[in-house]
Amino acid sequence: MNDMTRVERTVDSKAIKIAANDVQVHYGDTHAIKDVNVEIEDKTVTAFIGPSGCGKSTFLRCLNRMNDTIDICRVTGDILLDGEDIYDKRVDPVQLRAKVGMVFQKPNPFPKSIYDNVAYGPRIHGLAKNKAELDELVEKSLRRGAIWDEVKDRLDAPGTGLSGGQQQRLCIARAVATEPEVLLMDEPCSALDPIATAQVEELIDDLRKRYSVVIVTHSMQQAARVSQKTAFFHLGNLVEFGETGQIFTNPEDPRTESYITGRIG
Amino acid sequence: MALSWLLLILLALAVIGYFAGRSRALASADGDARALHSLPSYYGYNVALTALIPALGILIIWLLAQPLIVENTVSGMIPDTAISEGSDRGLVMSEVRRVAYGLDGAIASGLLSEAQARNADADVQALTQSLKDAGQVLTQDISKPILLAAQKYRGITSTGSIAMQMAVLIVALVGAALAYIRTHKEFRARNVVEQGILALLLLAASIAILTTVGIVLSMLFETMNFFQLHSWKDFFLGSTWAPNFRGGSELSILPLLWGTLYISLVALLVAVPVGLFAAIYLSEYATGATRSIAKPLLEILAGIPTIVYGLFALLTVGPALVSLFGDGGALGLGWMASSNAVLTAGLVMGIMLIPFVSSLSDDIINAVPQSMRDGSLGLGATKSETVRQVVLPAALPGIVGAILLAASRAIGETMIVVMAAGAIAKFSGNPFEAMTTITTRIVSQLTGDTDFASPETLVAFALGLTLFIITLGLNIFALYIVRKYREQYE
Repeated sequence: MNDMTRVERTVDSKAIKIAANDVQVHYGDTHAIKDVNVEIEDKTVTAFIGPSGCGKSTFLRCLNRMNDTIDICRVTGDILLDGEDIYDKRVDPVQLRAKVGMVFQKPNPFPKSIYDNVAYGPRIHGLAKNKAELDELVEKSLRRGAIWDEVKDRLDAPGTGLSGGQQQRLCIARAVATEPEVLLMDEPCSALDPIATAQVEELIDDLRKRYSVVIVTHSMQQAARVSQKTAFFHLGNLVEFGETGQIFTNPEDPRTESYITGRIG
Repeated sequence: MALSWLLLILLALAVIGYFAGRSRALASADGDARALHSLPSYYGYNVALTALIPALGILIIWLLAQPLIVENTVSGMIPDTAISEGSDRGLVMSEVRRVAYGLDGAIASGLLSEAQARNADADVQALTQSLKDAGQVLTQDISKPILLAAQKYRGITSTGSIAMQMAVLIVALVGAALAYIRTHKEFRARNVVEQGILALLLLAASIAILTTVGIVLSMLFETMNFFQLHSWKDFFLGSTWAPNFRGGSELSILPLLWGTLYISLVALLVAVPVGLFAAIYLSEYATGATRSIAKPLLEILAGIPTIVYGLFALLTVGPALVSLFGDGGALGLGWMASSNAVLTAGLVMGIMLIPFVSSLSDDIINAVPQSMRDGSLGLGATKSETVRQVVLPAALPGIVGAILLAASRAIGETMIVVMAAGAIAKFSGNPFEAMTTITTRIVSQLTGDTDFASPETLVAFALGLTLFIITLGLNIFALYIVRKYREQYE
């Protein structure tokens, strides 16, 4: 467990960014998420781990109301972003998603140029007053996505022509460009090779300086490497939530221990 | 022996061959089917197919080739003197055929004996009379050379068909016998039958392709005849369409092409937005229940015969447009004189094309990966922003392909324009005027009394070939674009 020491763990408490209280999610007749209570801190990487089908991706998609696009999905309970209920009628889910950005499992650059991919969000939300500002914003986002040096000479090339790892970093840059407060990542490295994974993980650690990052991952090593807080989901329940070091070295719940030692999964 | 009997004998042979082959295979394995290479029925099929297929092949080729050979032989017999003025060899030959069939008919009804029919010195007038008595159709009295030719025709034809029957039966028997002898438990009947099935499928595919080639060739020959009679410069570069069956016609394709393209353009202006928006609604917004009802309903439009659309244009859309744009109409514009107009035909044709555009576009929009939509929605885009800026650009090549396919249908459409567009060939930009298209002119040049030696008739083939080349080009271009698009996501 040497790799666990790579990330310096700051234990000093930070502001609560997202608070979920008694969240329930139903897919038709299936009760997918049961009574989840969790507090996600600002400027922290929080990892959701758990076996397949445990509801961790579903819960992640509740945090920016992406589940609204699925007809049969029903969410109850409170999810507060900076103290405001995101499921309140006054909240526009479209505006919310600009504040809570998302990166998906498979890199999904639009069939447009690299520049247009990154400029997509700012253009929709009118974040740049003129072309020069937009250029600046695109460059800043690509730098934050740690991909600027690789693409600065071919911003007009299609985003789909990049390698898998580059595509995923482009998608992160694209999400960052709308200046979100929270970044949700749904298994962002599962379609990448180890080298690209390492680059993306390094980037995630860097993003922590500005954003609250929530990452769903199947790889416990990855959770241990990049996160400060870890939540373990099992069969729709949040079994344990705490400091990453604590969860991986001294879990309280026997189910967590079985999972991280490989007995259930 | 009639053809049906021959076919029945072949079939019986195949059935017998099936059971014989099956039992011989079983016998070679001492009745233990597990010792055979293939299932027993495969041995049966092998014998049956080997008997049937080559024999049928020879039968078909013989049936196609024999009339040509007979025709050539007999037509050489007719002296030039027997061809009267104003007639030609082809007409005389059809008279020969009529006499030959007449003789057959008379024999069949018992009015003539076989010997009388074969008698080369028969009294021509008496024979004519007896044929007419027998109710046979003759256009003129039989002359001596025609009678001789007809007798020769009958002779060769009957010898030919006996030879054909012999050949077919021999091939079938030899095939069955060979396959039967080869049948043994080691014999790989299954693989051989597989080859036979492959050949069958190949045959079906090549029939479709050969038919296309045949159509093109037949058009091509008639078109070449046309260009021998009429200058190609007038056809491709002239400006007037004025066919005149007394000669001196001006036959230019350009005014017709203009009408065709103009009406197709109006049709596409209707069909593309409506069809595309319908497809977007169905694929992006409609719930499963709505979609399962709306999509089949939309596709019913595609099943309506075009003649019904033509009636709709003639009875409903045309008068409605006149009451809007015509003299004393609701808008008081007086632009439209008659219900036959580019607008009428274009509107109705556009309605006809809606399901075509919508159903192809719907498939293509559905093929855009969900991850694209998620990516856009996840950035805070609304649904319509996502459709406009991500889904449609991603689906664009496919949609363009769909539109081009619709365009080629619009260009080739006939019934609606015949009934709704009018018959005046001219260059005009006014959509309220009557205009005509290539397809309607083909219809009008070929209906009624036609003389296949005049350029006014033959021009139809030149028009048809041009139309075929235009739509073929559009289709190839559309398929190229669609295929290129598919490579992106698979």
